[in-house]
Amino acid sequence: MISVHLILFLAFGAVCVAGAINLLAQTHPINSALSLIAVMAALAGEYLLLGAEFLAAVQVIVYAGAIMVLFVFVIMLLNAGVEEHTKGSRVAVLFGIPGMLLGSLLVAWVVLRHSGTEAVAAGALPGAPKTIGPLLFHEFLLPFEITSILILIAIMGAVVLASKPPTSPAGGPARKVD
Amino acid sequence: MPIWLYILTSVIKSIVVLVALLTSIAYTVWLERKVVGHMQNRWGPTRVGPFGLLQPAADGLKFLFKEDLTPPHVYKPLYIAAPLIAVIFALTSIAVIPFGNSVTIFGYSIPLQVTDVNTGLLLILGVTSIGVYGVALAGWSSNNKYSLLGGLRASAQMVSYEISLGLSLVGVLIMAGSFSLREIVDSQAGHFWGFIPRWNIFHGQIIGFFCYLMAAYAETNRIPFDLPEAETELVAGYHTEYSAMKFAMFFMAEYANMITVACLATLLFLGGWHGPLFGPAILQAILPLFWFGAKIFAFLFLYIWVRGTLPRFRYDQLMAFGWKFLLPLSLANLIATAIAVAW
Repeated sequence: MISVHLILFLAFGAVCVAGAINLLAQTHPINSALSLIAVMAALAGEYLLLGAEFLAAVQVIVYAGAIMVLFVFVIMLLNAGVEEHTKGSRVAVLFGIPGMLLGSLLVAWVVLRHSGTEAVAAGALPGAPKTIGPLLFHEFLLPFEITSILILIAIMGAVVLASKPPTSPAGGPARKVD
Repeated sequence: MPIWLYILTSVIKSIVVLVALLTSIAYTVWLERKVVGHMQNRWGPTRVGPFGLLQPAADGLKFLFKEDLTPPHVYKPLYIAAPLIAVIFALTSIAVIPFGNSVTIFGYSIPLQVTDVNTGLLLILGVTSIGVYGVALAGWSSNNKYSLLGGLRASAQMVSYEISLGLSLVGVLIMAGSFSLREIVDSQAGHFWGFIPRWNIFHGQIIGFFCYLMAAYAETNRIPFDLPEAETELVAGYHTEYSAMKFAMFFMAEYANMITVACLATLLFLGGWHGPLFGPAILQAILPLFWFGAKIFAFLFLYIWVRGTLPRFRYDQLMAFGWKFLLPLSLANLIATAIAVAW
């Protein structure tokens, strides 16, 4: 029997794939960024249909709402223009696309045959915030904290790389970085 | 409840809530013009209808009949999409806001809320974070330096203050133990010593309320944080190039966001629809709705009062206030609440 869940699941999946293809096809960076936002929002819909409400909300808040804002921000500031499309290289057509198809088939086969993970029915996973909370802060506390430290290190690295070089020791003017 | 009745009640509730929201947007604009007018020793709108009460209708007609001008060098798809994004996401968040307890009609219990999701608060945060794109894209697609600066300022400001906003709400969430707005309101029922209501603002969350208030003013781009549309330096910021109904959409989005913020403040800090109940049964049924409306009105009045009183921040002050004062304060409030609840 085809349920409403399944129809919605396929619809969100179609939006997701269409957005991803549009991301590659668009020449203007801002259109590509907006397609990526659509992909992320559709993914949130898929999570919601699988019963992972908390993950769906976080997906929208963090990815679609915060990270992608920074993407759009950078595109707006750099005022990146229209990109030129090449006709496509022969290597990509001959080896790249078949290789990619083969690789994804291989990954799908390995995951389906050897991982021992069953396919999940719609709405079958316990994804309410009340079940996520104890898991995050009790059972998986150490990985959770280590991940946060990892992110902190990455942020500090980005700050160090992006900051201006120190002034020259002779008291001369600092090299201007604009 | 049969499925057709469920769909019917959902449709009716959606229409009622949407009409109520659009009417309150129109009359919030009227209220603002009237109150600010009196604060500045003038009358505000008086000509259209008694006390200028029909002024919103006249404004709406004017917006509809004005020429919808599109400047020649804008990036058209996004120029048209931006006001739609802004207004759609501003109107969406009302769907999860509960207005009162359930009412029983013909034996069916119907909650006064379009839909009760158990991650209601997260949904509102997500929807408002998507609303940033309306402003940012409007600024960029207008192909105007003032618009671009306004859009950049708005998105930077909204992303910065979203963190303090979220953290100021976590204190309330810890105390209620739920993301469902209905359960958060239910956790605030009752009184201390028989007369002080158990609202979260009197229940140790006064600093949380302060942080929420500041962050919410910044999120809705209102004075004293209205730098994205600072008219003395940026003409009108991100909506400089917009006219007629497209401009009105940004206007509606701003006021819809104000009303959402007021609803959230009422639900999370001011006890929702709880208030003194008295009189006959029919009055007891109406009073919760009245209390809810009264609290929202008080919050909106505060918004307008602040607008009529305070000057605008400088941009560096805005960022320093958000990151160096508000964020540590809301973090401290969160830690103190967590320790108090655990202890």
